[in-house]
Amino acid sequence: MFKQWTGFQVGQWTKEVNVRAFIQNNYTPYVGDETFLAAASERTSLLWDKVSFSMDVERQQGILDADTQVPAGITAHAPGYIAPDLELIVGLQTDQPLKRAIMPLGGIRVVQKSLEAYGYQLNPDTLKTFTQYRKTHNDGVFDAYTHEMRLARHSGIITGLPDAYGRGRIIGDYRRVALYGVDFLINDKQQQLQSLEVDELNETVIRQREELSEQIRALQELKEMAKQYGFDIGQPAATAQKAVQWTYFGYLGAIKEQNGAAMSLGRVSTFLDIYIQRDLNQGTLTETQAQELIDHFVMKLRMVRFLRTPAYNELFSGDPVWVTESIGGMGLDGRTLVTRTSFRFLHTLYNLGPAPEPNLTVLWSEQLPNNFKRFCAQVSIDTSSIQYENDDLMRTEYGDDYGIACCVSAMRIGKQMQFFGARVNLAKALLYAINGGKDEKSGKQIAPAYAPITADILDYDEVMAKFDVLMGWLAKLYVNTLNVIHYMHDKYCYERLEMALHDRDVYRTMACGIAGLSVVADSLSAIKHTQVKVIRDDAGLAIDYELMGNYPAFGNNDERVDSIAQEVVRRFMNHVRQHSTYRDAVPTQSILTITSNVVYGKKTGSTPDGRKAGEPFGPGANPMHGRDTKGAIAACESVAQLPYEHAQDGISYTFSIVPQALGKGETDQDRNLVGLLDGYFHNTGQHININVLNRDTLLDAMEHPEKYPQLTIRVSGYAVNFIKLTREQQQDVVSRTFHSRF
Amino acid sequence: MQYHSVPHRDQRSPSGETISAPASLLAVSSPDSRLTGRIHSVETCGSVDGPGLRFVVFMQGCPLRCLYCHNPDCRDITGGQVTTVEALIAEIQRYRSYMQASGGGVTVSGGEPLLQPEFVAELMRQCQALGIHTALDTSGFSDLTSAQQVLQYTDLVLLDIKSYDPQRFIQVTQVSREPTLCIARYLHQIGKPTWIRFVLVPGLTDDGENVAGLAQFVASLTNIERVEVLPFHQMGAYKWEQLSYDYHLKETPPPSPELVERVRLQFREYGVSVR
Repeated sequence: MFKQWTGFQVGQWTKEVNVRAFIQNNYTPYVGDETFLAAASERTSLLWDKVSFSMDVERQQGILDADTQVPAGITAHAPGYIAPDLELIVGLQTDQPLKRAIMPLGGIRVVQKSLEAYGYQLNPDTLKTFTQYRKTHNDGVFDAYTHEMRLARHSGIITGLPDAYGRGRIIGDYRRVALYGVDFLINDKQQQLQSLEVDELNETVIRQREELSEQIRALQELKEMAKQYGFDIGQPAATAQKAVQWTYFGYLGAIKEQNGAAMSLGRVSTFLDIYIQRDLNQGTLTETQAQELIDHFVMKLRMVRFLRTPAYNELFSGDPVWVTESIGGMGLDGRTLVTRTSFRFLHTLYNLGPAPEPNLTVLWSEQLPNNFKRFCAQVSIDTSSIQYENDDLMRTEYGDDYGIACCVSAMRIGKQMQFFGARVNLAKALLYAINGGKDEKSGKQIAPAYAPITADILDYDEVMAKFDVLMGWLAKLYVNTLNVIHYMHDKYCYERLEMALHDRDVYRTMACGIAGLSVVADSLSAIKHTQVKVIRDDAGLAIDYELMGNYPAFGNNDERVDSIAQEVVRRFMNHVRQHSTYRDAVPTQSILTITSNVVYGKKTGSTPDGRKAGEPFGPGANPMHGRDTKGAIAACESVAQLPYEHAQDGISYTFSIVPQALGKGETDQDRNLVGLLDGYFHNTGQHININVLNRDTLLDAMEHPEKYPQLTIRVSGYAVNFIKLTREQQQDVVSRTFHSRF
Repeated sequence: MQYHSVPHRDQRSPSGETISAPASLLAVSSPDSRLTGRIHSVETCGSVDGPGLRFVVFMQGCPLRCLYCHNPDCRDITGGQVTTVEALIAEIQRYRSYMQASGGGVTVSGGEPLLQPEFVAELMRQCQALGIHTALDTSGFSDLTSAQQVLQYTDLVLLDIKSYDPQRFIQVTQVSREPTLCIARYLHQIGKPTWIRFVLVPGLTDDGENVAGLAQFVASLTNIERVEVLPFHQMGAYKWEQLSYDYHLKETPPPSPELVERVRLQFREYGVSVR
């Protein structure tokens, strides 16, 4: 027994690494309302002013500063501070606030290009190191890519692949650092290593032994990093402040080393609440101080920065990191996992103002305490900064200690990871099916050549048969491509620290994804329910379509088309399931685009639903803009009916509504939003972003960004600073369906 | 900012095939699920026509010609689409979890629902049988017998009283005030929960005497749960243009917040609960 555990109820967690057991034995559910919350302290406001100022400068310059020489690592940079006399929680990725580190293990060319884009030059010695002496993930991938993979990547039918940057979507159990201290964890890992002294050292065991050794090294470095800040994290955290600090150090180590596409935090609020509650009970902490800790922690989470290319920005916008924190939910024993600290996290959106990061994610259950539900609704209406996910749906799959990685990907904390696979463009695949495997824009043969459709009017059965063949080809190519990527990522860019905060044997998923679902569903519905005439160019390539009538569109809770969308999801997933995966990962898929629906649309020709070449797709699983005509809830239902069992990596839906359309006055609006969430999740919706905004606000922000430094909106799966979106993305958001009838 | 829900009107939408069955305005006599009616559209996320989240059915056809009408596309009794109670009930049932969670239900609006009393009565009867709360959004311009037919299945009435001054009433609506007041008194007699709605139009319905008259009248009724003062807005203007109707309120501004507050206060002075 550590003395730092005094006051905690012992249990299974004292004998083994088991954070869930610690939480279950020690947390205090909270069913009260928000009136206990404390406003930002003066200290917090002063500190936040400093951070905001730096962020302003950063926004004007593109980036504030970058290291051009030292490759990032857990101990690569000297300690950095914002204002040591004000900061309650310390630690920065580099020696200066918002200064970006380079992470060449993912790929040196991306580093070089990113630096140049912002007017910096990569140090020649560093360049030499990572070209002559040290191979990167990116090099490895391209050594193994086949001709077909390169073609598919280039034509944009498979896109966003993590082949030149970190894959991310791995959540270290950062809470372990606080609960056990690093020495305990190192010891545990050493025992794991010893457990693998087996008779036959095959490839699997060799790899695992090497990984465990790397993990131990990373933990040692983490301890060293904390020491430079003046803390000994070898031992467990003894106070609330230390628990927050230790947890953050764990996370900081990860983001100092990995530029993952999504670097999510996990599910820390109820864990931290146990420490806060202990200090409050002992009289060593006040509510204002408790809120200060969370505010200062969240400030740090808002400051996470990676060096990325402008092209990446065009896809995803506004420095997304997906510091996703999952809040609330219910326990398997029926007690709510909502604590006062669940409220405190959400309250940062008032104390510090709205912000896209951390990506605050409420795990919604119909059983959540009413006070918490209402508070969430109020925060959504005030800040548009929360996303909601269906705890009742996911708890049955993942238990009650899972978290969301990135946007919609659920995983058991410390026990499960995924191989992130971005997404394929299914709308383009449909066009390939019509064109015999040729790209509708370039005319190039990308998929294997087979007979294109030659009829003037598209026949549903013929199109479906060819589309199915095409999906089969695409799924095979896609899984093989992901196998290459993740083999190389493990080899050259392994997440040592994040995996050190996992169990020895983790459950892996291969997270595939699809974009353009509503375009495909509407196209097939048009082909089935009206006549779609093909317009071909001189070479016989179908380049446009003419609709002879109306058709039922996805987003109206209309079985005639919704069943098509469901069938497409199921079929593509079944095609994916037919292929063997790297490390026997279990295949899943998501229906998620983030903001990339704009870029995917740009790269895709006209489609049979009447969408013209270049026009954006609906984001995630959203209906196409303006085609949902029966009101917001009908659209929710079309999405809710998509089969989660065939899209277990998540189904993203983004909902925008003007405040008046939620009801008259605050009380009605809160109640109706709670009702909407309860209804949607009851009917098995998995995810929803809630934006409560007036279109005029967005239009004004496009013209006067300086007036809206913190205007936050939810896009598919995460939130962005509206003013950091590209002009095209801003226009896309404004033109999306805003439910505004009242 | 609003009077009540606005029907969809995006005729460019590729969805929702128009059913071109022959017009059968007068419904079949025996109440059953195959009873047909003419509707303009539905809204699945109604939040301002009664409590909670509501499935709103906008009936087609209206005998009034309100100067400020924001659903002029609901007027023509031969327009819209023909549907059955059965089809609507099947659709409504898909939204029950939202209604239950928010304390909502079904609102029948329009147009004027009381123009199709058999259809609306049967729709509401079946809703109630399913445990779904029913609200009727009406101008009250109907004979009492038709209204009674519907009201027996109505949980809440949203009664729009367009004006109190009888001449002003005719000016606003081109019909007489009396049927509306008659129904208002009837609702009072049977103790039917009712919300009164009053659209506040500067220069048309805002004079103090008109408002005071209405407030006094409403105060004399014991079944009124609240009065909703709905500020006039211009969001229906484009429809008048689309339909090539002559729109007289083009230049009329929405009421100022001060004016809205003054009118609300007038109601409160008579002890009426106002939103």
